Amino acid sequence: MTVGQEEQDVRSSFATPGEVELIERTLAGETEAFYELIRPHERSVYMTAFSVLRNSAEAEDIAQEAFLKAFRHLAKFRRESKFATWLLQITVNEARMRIRKQHRDLYDSGVAQEEEKDTEYEPVEFGDWREIPSEALERKEIREVLAKALASLPEKYREVIVLRDVRQLGTAETAEILRVGEGTVKTRLVRARLQLRDLVAPYTTARGLFSGHFFRRGRKPWF
Amino acid sequence: MVLSCSEIRRELSNYIDNDISPEMREALETHLAHCRHCTAIVDGTRNVILLIADDRTFPLPLGFSERLHARLRRDLEVR
Repeated sequence: MTVGQEEQDVRSSFATPGEVELIERTLAGETEAFYELIRPHERSVYMTAFSVLRNSAEAEDIAQEAFLKAFRHLAKFRRESKFATWLLQITVNEARMRIRKQHRDLYDSGVAQEEEKDTEYEPVEFGDWREIPSEALERKEIREVLAKALASLPEKYREVIVLRDVRQLGTAETAEILRVGEGTVKTRLVRARLQLRDLVAPYTTARGLFSGHFFRRGRKPWF
Repeated sequence: MVLSCSEIRRELSNYIDNDISPEMREALETHLAHCRHCTAIVDGTRNVILLIADDRTFPLPLGFSERLHARLRRDLEVR
């Protein structure tokens, strides 16, 4: 393949024209171009690290490490995947390595490596949801509940729900980042979502906790 | 097609993501029209997804970008 063809492939499939230009400028020695290249990905990289580590300070440190590693290996980015996918693969690797170094895998890897069992997850029964989600977020309490609920999920569920629902990536991209099959992503996602709903719903349906907004079941103007 | 509550839960994610056939959607919505329990689960799950997708839920730590750029500057300029 000629250089020209390779560039054409990059432009058509794996990086936006803007990204290609920024990658080339970075590789030519213009460090500032790298800052511009990574700016749209800061939140995704941080949240991906957080999904593995469950700790804000460590997630920030790993995010910095991941960006540094991406910079140092940018010439090796062969455009076999999207730039964002490649960046998040690096982040997941760095975060998992940090976990292993800290020997916390004694606690978590058993869960992470556990085969997907085909057992049903039985959701808990709660009343109807009585608060508009966007208004619920005005309450600090609900944000804390969400953070704790996410942190309480097993690592394999945290990773999937952060990529799919927090960062809103597709199933195929999530599978590529986590190096698992798309079926595994879907299985983990449904369980993660149901467990998260079970953990959060009591705070939105219990009497006295909501601010009086009530919508008829089945009528959700915000969705 | 008549679906049980457990079948609804298996398809719930695909339903929310609009990743199901029209036949399955119809069967699911027929079930939901009569099952308060499954409707509460679907509504609650949708709402949780809305909440966690909101940038206010998991904000970047204050000063994240500044510290990142300072670190990159420091490490990249000494290479």
